[in-house]
Amino acid sequence: MKVTLTVNGQQRSDEVEPRLLLAHYLRDTCGLKATNIGCDTTSCGACTVVVDGLTVKSCTVLAAQADGSQVTTLEGLAGPDGELHPMQKAFREEHGLQCGFCTPGMVMAAIGVVADNPDPSDREVREGLEGNLCRCTGYHNIVRAVQSAAKAGPAAGQVPQSQEVAR
Amino acid sequence: MIPGPFDYVRPTSVEEAIAALVEHGDDAKVMAGGHSLLPIMKLRLAMPAVVIDISRIPGMSYVRVEGDEVAIGAGTRHHQLEHDEVARAEVPILPYTASQVGDPQVRHRGTIGGTVAHSDPASDLPTALLALGGTVVVQGPNGRRSIPVTEFWQGFFETALAEDELIIEIRVPRTGSAGWAYEKFTRRANDWPIVAAAAVDGRVALANMAGTVVRATATEEALARGASIAEAAALADQGTSPGADMHADQEYRRHLARLLTRRALEKAAGGAAAAA
Amino acid sequence: MSILGTRVVRTEDPLFLTRGATYTDDLVDDRLTGALHATFIRSQVAHGRVLSVDASAAREAPGVVAVYTAEDCPDLAPLPAGLPMVPPAMQRPWLATDKVRFVGDIVAVVLTEDRYQGEDAAELVSVDIDPLPTVVSTADAAKDEVLLFEEAGTNVAAVFGGPPPEDFFSGCEVVVRQAVKNQRVAPVPLETRAAAAAWGEDGRVTIWCTNQGAQQAKGEIAGWLGLDPALVHLVTPDVGGGFGAKIGADPEYAFVAWLAQRVGRPVRWTENRSENLLGMLHGRGQDQLVTIGGRRDGTVEAYAIHVDQEAGAYPRVGVILPTLTMLMAAATYAFPKVHASARVLVNNATSIGAYRGAGRPEATAAVERAVDMFAAEIGMDPAEVRRKNLVPPFHEPHTTPSGATYDSGEYVVALEKALEAAGYQELRAEQARRREAGEVKQLGIGLSTYVEITGADTGLGAAESAELEVHPDGTATVLTGTSPHGQGHATAWAMLASDQLGIPVEKITVLHGDTDRIPRGGGTMGSRSLQQGGAAVHQAATELIELARQRAAEQLEADPSDLEVDLTAAGLSVRGTPGSGITFAQLAEKEPLVVQTRFEAAAPTFPFGAHVAVVEVDTESGKAELQRLVAVDDAGIIVNPLLAEGQRHGGFAQGVAQALLEEVLYDADGNPQTSTLADYPFVSPTELPSFELVDMATPTPINPLGAKGIGEAGTIGSTPAVHNAVIDAVAHLGVRHIDMPTTPMKVWRAIQQAQQEGTN
Repeated sequence: MKVTLTVNGQQRSDEVEPRLLLAHYLRDTCGLKATNIGCDTTSCGACTVVVDGLTVKSCTVLAAQADGSQVTTLEGLAGPDGELHPMQKAFREEHGLQCGFCTPGMVMAAIGVVADNPDPSDREVREGLEGNLCRCTGYHNIVRAVQSAAKAGPAAGQVPQSQEVAR
Repeated sequence: MIPGPFDYVRPTSVEEAIAALVEHGDDAKVMAGGHSLLPIMKLRLAMPAVVIDISRIPGMSYVRVEGDEVAIGAGTRHHQLEHDEVARAEVPILPYTASQVGDPQVRHRGTIGGTVAHSDPASDLPTALLALGGTVVVQGPNGRRSIPVTEFWQGFFETALAEDELIIEIRVPRTGSAGWAYEKFTRRANDWPIVAAAAVDGRVALANMAGTVVRATATEEALARGASIAEAAALADQGTSPGADMHADQEYRRHLARLLTRRALEKAAGGAAAAA
Repeated sequence: MSILGTRVVRTEDPLFLTRGATYTDDLVDDRLTGALHATFIRSQVAHGRVLSVDASAAREAPGVVAVYTAEDCPDLAPLPAGLPMVPPAMQRPWLATDKVRFVGDIVAVVLTEDRYQGEDAAELVSVDIDPLPTVVSTADAAKDEVLLFEEAGTNVAAVFGGPPPEDFFSGCEVVVRQAVKNQRVAPVPLETRAAAAAWGEDGRVTIWCTNQGAQQAKGEIAGWLGLDPALVHLVTPDVGGGFGAKIGADPEYAFVAWLAQRVGRPVRWTENRSENLLGMLHGRGQDQLVTIGGRRDGTVEAYAIHVDQEAGAYPRVGVILPTLTMLMAAATYAFPKVHASARVLVNNATSIGAYRGAGRPEATAAVERAVDMFAAEIGMDPAEVRRKNLVPPFHEPHTTPSGATYDSGEYVVALEKALEAAGYQELRAEQARRREAGEVKQLGIGLSTYVEITGADTGLGAAESAELEVHPDGTATVLTGTSPHGQGHATAWAMLASDQLGIPVEKITVLHGDTDRIPRGGGTMGSRSLQQGGAAVHQAATELIELARQRAAEQLEADPSDLEVDLTAAGLSVRGTPGSGITFAQLAEKEPLVVQTRFEAAAPTFPFGAHVAVVEVDTESGKAELQRLVAVDDAGIIVNPLLAEGQRHGGFAQGVAQALLEEVLYDADGNPQTSTLADYPFVSPTELPSFELVDMATPTPINPLGAKGIGEAGTIGSTPAVHNAVIDAVAHLGVRHIDMPTTPMKVWRAIQQAQQEGTN
């Protein structure tokens, strides 16, 4: 079947199998390899992307279901001049990543957390990221990064291409 | 893991969806958010030949007051319910329970109709719905009918829904300021409940204590005849048939059912009963 | 001011945060064009005789290029156990021939054009297995009634040491004995295993795979396949976590290379999580018996531990883990008598390997539990019992009764710092208040002190290589034999070079994991990287300065001894006349300015610390929640506190997870119960607090950096602190011990039993 999606601001149409998972569509069809797959059971959140303003786990969404949608992945966050998104910047400054595998999904989920709550407490960040697993950081610096990004202003809770992350 | 191959249809009206169900029978599965269905398709525990994606049918997502009831469109996503002002005012146990489902990403996709249709005894929203009472409105080729929630869930992954029927709406009584609570016991915040208890207006329902979500009938009867919360809650596991797994054996599940029922009832009563 | 000791943010991160790292499954490479996908068909029976494997339907399925069963590859010699102490019969066939020995044993492999077709075809392979009785626990294995390897005649894979003398505890006023489980856990790096292989026209194979040391992985693969190592080029792309489970190679990696040769096309394999939880090595898996004896004044006089170690179905590195447990048995204590012994048993389960700490956390968990039980038995505060028995501060080598020689340690200082930071007295007062009030939520305070061995010689030598080159454009390249997968070596190694050369960190590129460019390397494991690999980079920079000094002396017509490093200019200048000199970049213009060196560590190092955990236990439900973790971790001199703290945080989380949550479970028939992340309770952000870190730095004389290992310390200290805290919370109810993980059901049941015993 044919699907048309806007991925990181660029519209594209592709012929896909109905069963193609959005995560594989992004990785294999679009060649956007930042989005990782860490489990089979919607548990780990490594594949989190933003679809029409909401964070979703792209391993549990069909490309067909996302037909007509706007999708933002980690690759779509930085400015055209390479300027880091406030959440990317905070993850770097607070050392919120080690091996980097959970990071693309974690950053996208974190943007969703700040969209939902512009000034989250330690506990609220943890609850907001309950669907994202990290084996390296013990979450400590991830929580600090999200709080630090939130303090820097509302842009931390937004994705480019003027699609706000909605509640 | 990857689902087996299937044909995909995306109806734009309820009638079209029902026609597809009639055509494909039990070869077909209805998908809304896909967060119950896709996981089991990836594990190849379900291999439908046809997936009917109803998420593009307009008008399936709403929460509104209709007389003494609140009507919730089957396509309403958990996060919409969680933040819906009407639901918060009229039937607050539902938005709270919706906030306890999975994690934010799951709540962004999952729908109330999907979780009701899935009939998992460890599901959050069905537990709250069973405590609330109310009906599931379904539509088939011969029109609509209403099924009381007490009759809807018939077994593990089994419901009163016919093969050619679609869930349209969930209707629950307005509870307004009546006390309520949903007590969910998990090891990790985003897990399925090991056991959960929902209490509202003297009714109690339990998750994961049988093949379906169940009412704690003995507790309700005891409360009705004036028993204390502690006395009534001590009967919560009567008539249940909990399973055993790595998290809890039957004895511990029964204990949790009694404990969570007591806590839910105390919370619903505003803590007054705890002091009494 | 030196850049060392400062919080330099990682140079790796801009790419990781904008385009993502490039893991094995992400690789786009011309050599992999047209690669086939391998899908392994694995046994769903824990122990049984293979009656038939019928792949005829799969061979006809769309996209299937080939299916291999044991019949199709008779020329593959079984994988040897590879450890001298293990009976030779305990070898693993590439594909199950007569028997399967665990759920996950490979029965067949399908090659397809794409990965979706692979999963479809795998469904069509029909495997008929006649089940045999299973051996799940070490106790069952020890009976030797059901044997995994009949030819071996036993399930015992190895024995280390014998029982203690009969009078070992005679004379002790108090003797406490307890069976303690150090449960099997899954490492679960977020990136699962993955490999790709392509043969070139030159007859060489390039293998890309996720691992913790390219050189070791290459050696193993070449050995298994009987290939000349010169024909193998192994490349390690970015690696999404390892935690010990990616040390060396796995048979699947070699198999992918073999398949690529056989079909004459490149082959790729990336396992999914369900396959990973069956196929990747698990960790821990010890049944311990601890005995501790001493006087009522709190003095411990003797301590003994016996370990029954699970090996899983096919012996791997897990076999030697108990030797580390035995080596570290004496831990931080000055116990006059320590005895340790172990036995390793095969069972119908996934093989056991290294997992963060690998043998040392098991030693610490055992002794810290023993000390707490001893304290409870004599009614003394566990902090006081530790004070009485810890080895006093030392800065000269200290040899323990269990045979380890520690470099330096101040255990009492670490404990006191942790107690003070935690507010120990106030916590005990709050605990007393809650106990007095009979509150539902009780407070538990748990202590641990630990010392661990890092940078141990694991058979590949306690040494590491480094190459450092300065280029004419002012940039520099470091080649290292370590293998970072989250630790930040690209940043830390650049800091070490920058510190001596004055070249900015951003201009220094660190390369690793390519066996053609870096033939020697020990990889990253055992908390060895900084103290050996980092020390090698430090040494390379020193040697490069000497090389530059000789060349600059010629060019400047100066006496070499008059030349000094000018960090601002990144070069050398004549003493007392800044700006008079020449830069390293200029010196590299005529001929390459490059040094290769190898740092040999004289001995391992022994980082140490003390943790205090505070938990709240709901005594009605049994649920324990960690509220605080206060940690003193002394790893000597710190090069980059940001990175070192990150290592501690991650270690804490995994340690806490073992105490509270995580366990790989099998049913009585050997069926895994935790084979997805929906079932395996991987610790999530909601189960953890933010951590409270206390700094302490006792230098080691073993290397010029004064650095000890930090990668595993957090895991080692946190598990017993949290475990002890949970038991402490319910100790007043009569509970003496609860095995890990302290799940709500176990805690609830322990309270129930204690109360029943109390009323009887």
